[in-house]
Amino acid sequence: MTLVFLLLAAITILGMGAAMSLRNPVRCVVGLTVGFLGLAALYLQLGAQFVGLTQVLVYVGAVAILIIFAIMMTRSTESPEQQTFSRLWFAGIAIAVVVFAVLGWAIHFGAHMLPTQAALPELPVQQIGDALLHRFVLPLEIIAVLLTAALIGAGVLALDDPAGEKRGPQ
Amino acid sequence: MIVFSASGAERADQIFVLIKHWLMGYVPAAAQPLASAVLSVVPILMAFPLIFAITTLLERKGLGRIQNRYGPNRVGPWGLLQPMADGLKSLTKEDIVPDSADKWVHLCAPLLLVVASFLAYAVLPIGRNMVVANLSAGVLFFFAIGALVEVAIFMAGWSSRSKYSLLGAMRAIAQMVSYETPLVLAGLVAVMATGSLSTVAIVEAQAQYTGILPHWFVFTPWGFAGFVLFMIAATAESNRSPFDLPEGESEIIAGYYIEYSGFKFALFFLGEYLGMFATSGMAITLFLGGWSAPFSFLTWIPSYLWFFAKLLVITCGFIWVRGTLPRLRMDQLMHFAWKFMLPMTLLNIFAAAAWKFFPTGVVRWFACAIFLAVAFVLLTRGLKKRGDVRARQYRFAD
Repeated sequence: MTLVFLLLAAITILGMGAAMSLRNPVRCVVGLTVGFLGLAALYLQLGAQFVGLTQVLVYVGAVAILIIFAIMMTRSTESPEQQTFSRLWFAGIAIAVVVFAVLGWAIHFGAHMLPTQAALPELPVQQIGDALLHRFVLPLEIIAVLLTAALIGAGVLALDDPAGEKRGPQ
Repeated sequence: MIVFSASGAERADQIFVLIKHWLMGYVPAAAQPLASAVLSVVPILMAFPLIFAITTLLERKGLGRIQNRYGPNRVGPWGLLQPMADGLKSLTKEDIVPDSADKWVHLCAPLLLVVASFLAYAVLPIGRNMVVANLSAGVLFFFAIGALVEVAIFMAGWSSRSKYSLLGAMRAIAQMVSYETPLVLAGLVAVMATGSLSTVAIVEAQAQYTGILPHWFVFTPWGFAGFVLFMIAATAESNRSPFDLPEGESEIIAGYYIEYSGFKFALFFLGEYLGMFATSGMAITLFLGGWSAPFSFLTWIPSYLWFFAKLLVITCGFIWVRGTLPRLRMDQLMHFAWKFMLPMTLLNIFAAAAWKFFPTGVVRWFACAIFLAVAFVLLTRGLKKRGDVRARQYRFAD
């Protein structure tokens, strides 16, 4: 555990903790963004450039922006009066601890089953591209079709009234 | 001892690299990674704000010339010291934070904006061997950093608790999200042609010569179309006229940073121009051959000078466009992004892919050019027929 890892882990945990515990939804989004960035930096520190940068591109660039849009359009930026925690918080903590324990157990006792890792690949991004377009081309195409369908569906939902009248200046 | 074996031109080209190596010789081995990072970052932190200062003067002078007035001419000879006066003024002004503002987010927004804008420079090759971080996914890094700018703009707009800021932030984010897609897709053709996401590899692929002419991607049909589309999207990404709706002075004053004063306001200004330089630098890297010279007999001029010369040309283009074109309306902006830019970038990707499969020669050049021209004409005709795009009508000027 290097100093860099500890710092990044602390940033990630603080950000995610802020996202869970703060009352103001906008501050939660900021905390969430910090958490995502910390996670991306952890990936980068492990040498996984593509995963780390995609984490920023997708989670900060798309997910956080989507939440921001939802907040800005619904005027729910005021802090709620009553407590923000669910009454079943102890159940949540129990489930989290159990999941963490299972994951930790699996990693701790399953490490010897992993193939021994050789040196880091020369061009990781190129290898990911090759794998996507050769071995995993069918799942990629299926996901592409699915996303296109979702895009068209969103467009159809956002269209004007079925009456067909056009609103606003064109 | 590279210094003594290299020729004069090569020494001038590599002078900053050599200076860094020479300075590193005095640093103990334990501190070398840190010292190397500092020595790479500090010149960027100094050079680009200086260019920003010069650009503000150039812009005010240029706009003045376009609008038939003098521009700033009181501070120093020909107004040359105007940027210093501006900087001192913003430093001495009172820093006003609105009472109802969210103090922390209000403070963090300009800082995040400037930091994110500076981070983008990490992957720009400014000269031969002059790049802070040669990432194998450099282009991806550049576009990922752009997402942080959007978050900063939202933080500024929301935390000010002002309707103008919030409106400006909503407009800015909607615009940046819409134009990010064509920006990335337009830049993709250069990545396809090189087969690498590394900015250094992309520039090196273009820094070769046939006869005296370089292999810049802008000289291919798909490269030219990609460059034009990239620059349009870059103008929108940096919120500049004619896409300056988020800060349209006549509508919402300064948009998301209206509630900022003094040096924080200056930081927003700095961040915006840094973003503009960064996207221009990316356009130079992807299409204009980065630091490579335009003719093979001019390679003796140091590489970084070529980069900054190209940056100056693009900046002047930005100023010219700002002085010439009126602002778009919000619906025109969105129509333009989704109905013209996006299909055109996709067709351009198709052309770039076809280029790869044609045999080398003049035939593929003309085939791609004709394909793109026909696609452009058909697309604009189709949009015009549907009434999505029409000639502007000026209520009071006709």
